[in-house]
Amino acid sequence: MISTGDFSRFLETFAARIHAAKEELTQLDSAIGDADHGINMDRGMTAISELLPGLQDGDAGTLFKQTGMKLISTVGGASGPLYGTFFLRLGTSFGTATEIGPTELAAGFRAGLEGVIARGKAGLDDKTMVDAMVPAVEALEAGIGDLPAALDAAAVAAAAGRDRVTPLVARKGRASYLGERSADHQDPGATSTTILFESLRDALRAG
Amino acid sequence: MKKLINTPEREVDEALAGMAAAHPDLLRVEEPNIIVRKDAPRPGKVGVISGGGSGHEPMHGGFVGLGMLDAACPGAVFTSPVPEQMLAATKAVNGGAGVLHIVKNYTGDIMNFEIAAEMAQAEGIEVASVVIADDVAVKDSLYTAGRRGVGGTVLAEKIVGAAAEAGADLKTVTALCQKVQDNVRSMGMALTSCTVPAAGKPTFDISDSEMEIGVGIHGEPGRRREALRPADEIVEMLVTPILEEGIFASGDRVLAFVNGMGGTPLIELYVAYRKVNEILTGKGITIARNLVGSYITSLEMAGLSITLLKLDDELLRYWDAPVKTPGLRWGV
Repeated sequence: MISTGDFSRFLETFAARIHAAKEELTQLDSAIGDADHGINMDRGMTAISELLPGLQDGDAGTLFKQTGMKLISTVGGASGPLYGTFFLRLGTSFGTATEIGPTELAAGFRAGLEGVIARGKAGLDDKTMVDAMVPAVEALEAGIGDLPAALDAAAVAAAAGRDRVTPLVARKGRASYLGERSADHQDPGATSTTILFESLRDALRAG
Repeated sequence: MKKLINTPEREVDEALAGMAAAHPDLLRVEEPNIIVRKDAPRPGKVGVISGGGSGHEPMHGGFVGLGMLDAACPGAVFTSPVPEQMLAATKAVNGGAGVLHIVKNYTGDIMNFEIAAEMAQAEGIEVASVVIADDVAVKDSLYTAGRRGVGGTVLAEKIVGAAAEAGADLKTVTALCQKVQDNVRSMGMALTSCTVPAAGKPTFDISDSEMEIGVGIHGEPGRRREALRPADEIVEMLVTPILEEGIFASGDRVLAFVNGMGGTPLIELYVAYRKVNEILTGKGITIARNLVGSYITSLEMAGLSITLLKLDDELLRYWDAPVKTPGLRWGV
């Protein structure tokens, strides 16, 4: 079972890794977007780090709902609403539970993914965070019998999804205005989503 | 960078404070950075709000007042506002008849407004949204984020605001806004770049002998870069793609809007308007109303945009209705 404290450690890990990857994400975004993904995500996750001490002893739903709301109110642009919606739906799915099993975890991440798709209207191969998130959530769902293995499979699947769409032409967001010029650039959103699933694996493994 | 500011970080807040001080008869500024009509909420009246990045003044804050917007949500320069601004604005103008969100078609704006609408609905406020996407310079296809919202937004805000002022219900006001969107098209061009204060350098490089055709209101690239031409030829280049949309035909009445991008003298806009009038007259299209001036700008960019709106009696009546805002005033 995963406790709210475990999830809090996941968010802390995600915040630290986003901070470490800030330059890389911004670099990726300058090539095909508007050069603010690293700056915006770091601003949002830094705000989350400050929230965590007050939330880690409550229920998992509140932890992720507060995280979602805070990202939406601090990040702006497109990534704020997308990651914010992801965590909001995850929190709604967990409700007032303080201990989450593998089945609820997979269901929560599926709800988060559906929120991202509903919000951003992106599908597979549009070259967005969805291309990393879909295979990762599928790996979680396929592996509910063995949680550590499922978390590892999800992180590996996210990275594979990110790399699979690098050669493609973007069809959503600002990168889509570049047309053919967006091909052969790694997508910044798929990159930060891969960091999210790697953080989940490493934080829960450490617990 | 040479700008009349104190610091980039304080520019939006200080401009809002200036607006509040200059127009206390029309509006008030509230936390978290929203501009609200002075007498909002008006019981029984549909609230009309809009918002977007700052740097396009007078849009949107300069259109708050009688007969136009009930509130505007300014973000940082060229950055979408956050949902708590739209939620606060929605609550501030809700007179019990619902609230219309007029949203320009940019990925960030769309998502942030969507979240605000869901939050407002969760609080029991009826919210409708219409997306303005009138820039013919951008291809509208399944493979892009779609057309950008530009000059048509100003006309939509005026017409829809007049209908709400006259007591139309939310459904009617929403349908009217969609009707404006369906009948309006725009295209712009730039002679020089704009400079975002926080960036400190021009958004794009352009030489003294070049122009950007199809530029966006954030200095986004257009259709093509080419050698500067006389004003008449530039106007042809902008009006032709608008007419090719197939909306405007001989015998139609239109509103012709010649808009300065922020750094264009009015004398040049009238030179352009003269040519717009000549082209449309030649096609048998009557300019029944016009608007010439800088109303949706891109900081200090030199250049212009042209917007045509096909008019019928309903649109004409609401365009002529009284308006009293910092940016547009007549009939009061």
